[in-house]
Amino acid sequence: MKLFKSGRNAYLMASPYLAWAVIFILVPLAMVVYYGFTDGNGSFTLNNVVRISDPGYFKALWRSIYLAVISTLICFLIAYPLGMILSSMKLSNNAFLVTLFILPMWMNFLLRTLTWMTLLEGKGVINTLLDIVHLPAINIINTPGAIILGMVYNFLPFMILPIYNSLSRIDENIINAARDLGADSVQTFMRITLPLSVPGIISGITMVFIPALTTFAISTMLGGSKILLIGNIIEQQFTLVYDWHLGSGLSIVLMIFILINMIVQAVYDKEGGALG
Amino acid sequence: MKKILERIYLGIILLFMYAPIVTLIVLSFNLSKSRARWGGFTLNWYIRLFSDRAVASALMNTLSIAVLATIFSTIIGTITCIAMIGLSPRLRSVITGVTNIPMINADIVTGISLMLLFRFLHIGSGFMTILLAHITFDIPFVMLSVMPRIKNMNFYVYEAALDLGATPFYAFRKTILPDLMPGVISGALMAFTMSLDDFIITYFTKGSGFETLSTLIYNEVKRGIQPEIYALSAIIFVVVLTLLLINSGASDNIIKEKK
Amino acid sequence: MMKKRIVSMVLLSALAATALSGCGSAQGTGGKLYVYNWGEYIDEDVITDFEKETGIDVIYDMFETNEIMYAKLAQDTSAYDVVCPSDYMIQKMIRNNLVQPLNLENIPNSVNIGEQYYKESEAFDPGNLYSVPYCWGTVGILYNKTMVDEVVDSWDILWDEKYSGQILMQDSVRDAFMVSLIRNGYSQNSTNPDEIKVATDDLIAQKPLVQAYVIDQVRDKMIGDEAALGVIYSGEAIYTFRENPNLEYVVPKEGTNVWIDSWVITKGSKNVSNAEKWINYMCRPDIALRNFEYITYSTPNVAAQELIDEETRNSEIAFPDLTKLKTEAYKYLGEEGDKLYNDAWMQVKSAN
Repeated sequence: MKLFKSGRNAYLMASPYLAWAVIFILVPLAMVVYYGFTDGNGSFTLNNVVRISDPGYFKALWRSIYLAVISTLICFLIAYPLGMILSSMKLSNNAFLVTLFILPMWMNFLLRTLTWMTLLEGKGVINTLLDIVHLPAINIINTPGAIILGMVYNFLPFMILPIYNSLSRIDENIINAARDLGADSVQTFMRITLPLSVPGIISGITMVFIPALTTFAISTMLGGSKILLIGNIIEQQFTLVYDWHLGSGLSIVLMIFILINMIVQAVYDKEGGALG
Repeated sequence: MKKILERIYLGIILLFMYAPIVTLIVLSFNLSKSRARWGGFTLNWYIRLFSDRAVASALMNTLSIAVLATIFSTIIGTITCIAMIGLSPRLRSVITGVTNIPMINADIVTGISLMLLFRFLHIGSGFMTILLAHITFDIPFVMLSVMPRIKNMNFYVYEAALDLGATPFYAFRKTILPDLMPGVISGALMAFTMSLDDFIITYFTKGSGFETLSTLIYNEVKRGIQPEIYALSAIIFVVVLTLLLINSGASDNIIKEKK
Repeated sequence: MMKKRIVSMVLLSALAATALSGCGSAQGTGGKLYVYNWGEYIDEDVITDFEKETGIDVIYDMFETNEIMYAKLAQDTSAYDVVCPSDYMIQKMIRNNLVQPLNLENIPNSVNIGEQYYKESEAFDPGNLYSVPYCWGTVGILYNKTMVDEVVDSWDILWDEKYSGQILMQDSVRDAFMVSLIRNGYSQNSTNPDEIKVATDDLIAQKPLVQAYVIDQVRDKMIGDEAALGVIYSGEAIYTFRENPNLEYVVPKEGTNVWIDSWVITKGSKNVSNAEKWINYMCRPDIALRNFEYITYSTPNVAAQELIDEETRNSEIAFPDLTKLKTEAYKYLGEEGDKLYNDAWMQVKSAN
């Protein structure tokens, strides 16, 4: 490798980003940890973290996990067949089709959520249409169902993309070989396609689960402020209650989940993480 | 039979994804303010949207932050990726690890942590703080798309150029940069998208009197949705669609060039 | 070729963006003023006129609750120059040193505010050192006559299962607890943990009936027939009648909250003299009148009141006769009290 005559040049080139990462990634996280483990007087305490066991907070955390798991599952169930269909279509407009599924992601996140508010309202578009054809109105706005719908709608592309990528990378020869050796299509799927797409599934799950677990905008907009998620609780510590210490303490709890997620991903993603 | 079922499935999912957007666009032409009634066709909401100072400045803020964050993060990210070649494996894995943090971490934690930093440093929040935050979370996306190119790069051409008497910079520009370019461009586009789409991090790092489209819409929602917002959605959708069509044309082009 | 085109496109839009943002912030000569006010709480044209008359560049932001406003200012009091919080919050801000005394000599129009409102303000701002009243009113129930047949005169109706899913509650701590405390016969300023416990349980019991906890949206949702009953500030009532004649406003017989929102200047304000000009402008009778006509919240500006048409001026809703109603104002309850209420509210909001 002669690009760099000496290692020093490389270090020199990397140093701006290193400095940037320390200032804007590591130091801020350290501050969250600092605030999370101190009280108003700056002395060490575990209270802020332990308060996740308060019935109200714990319930919110539990509810967030529950809704995020369901949403992730639904996303997966929708996206996997879709990924298979898309990757099996050897059409020239394949890229265009994929883009079509990703396109809504380019619209502002809040606009996408707002759309569902408009559709689901008691006197909203869907109910008006149902009324015209004399069907009973649906009342899911301000319920957990609406929040799940919002999460699935918003995060589905994050699931489609990695699954599609890993499926389309599978070498057709392997599948043909399995067929030649007498495997039926179920066996081929279970023993070849599915295992080979695991990295895509894992990264899809991470990309849906974490934002679903920590969102506060979706629950505020589609839950009528009735259904608090852990994200809402943390947000309110900063914007409403003005208790940075508690907010940071609860964030640390969230970071534990994120850490678990990172480890799971590192274990499964043998390709060596996002950047490798 | 299987083909037909597949088509139907694709159709249903596409309907699920686009029906809401189409509804918004239809509503943006609705004369009646009510969402439940069609009161006739109007362009009124578009006219009101364009005369709305708040929306105009939020749009301007969003675009300038996205563009500037894209430029800075693309430059920093690309340089770092190139530097990675010459770094020791240990430092490389450290950088990789740190860079993964903002991507995997929850936006709310990233937002809060940056807010604490800016408060601590007494940086007045506003344009600057949002820009710094956006650059921070954009860089990983740039590196994500440039890094694979670096890994698969053939450096012999570069060395051959040097042997033939090219200056290092000239050789770099003529041999390595063209190979990197597709990665850099898709990285930049990704950074731009992420920046445009972000709400949570902006929400925590913005200061007084400064709104981006995301925060503006969030406020509007809490105050009751005005039909101008539908008009805005329609415009954004059309712009995005156009950009994407251009982009998909471009990526086809890149593929063809490679072949 | 395409690649180049994309790069140049990005660069062009960058240039355009910077160029436009340059001319977008065309500046007046009078410096800047950061105003932080409630949502939909001013005639926006008044802001433009103020800018034209004074050459001051106004940056106008809105908040939804006193608590959100406080959290923002407590971080950095210089974030805004002039703010319009409610009574108990002003008391808290004075206590915690977030506001500065006003120099009323620079706000000559403040004499237009009625004597009685200054007297009431003494409760939270002794000596009227820090605040100049902007609007006042009560809290009550707005209901849709086509959806509610019975006589509405009590907070109890918000607990009536008949209206399940048709009730809008205020998404703000004190207002929500006010309803529940009063309904249970306690003071809206109670700091007795047992009483707050009863009120909390009551709100939790009510939660399944509540369609949503909202603030400014009550107005649009009621106008749009989305709900039958909503807790709302008196000032919104007149506006909602105008838009939907089926709506009616009542102050429940058990009593309610009476509030004053006043202008204060923040401790860290960098534009004090502009802030004074702003408050002075808001106190001008013609401006107060324009704001009243637009937002329909009762104005304490006596000079402006005289300009209002007789029918509105005598309206019990626009200008309620407080001697006929059982009312009380919120008080700041101290750190301990705040914590009690915040924790209880969190319990309500996170209950199933």
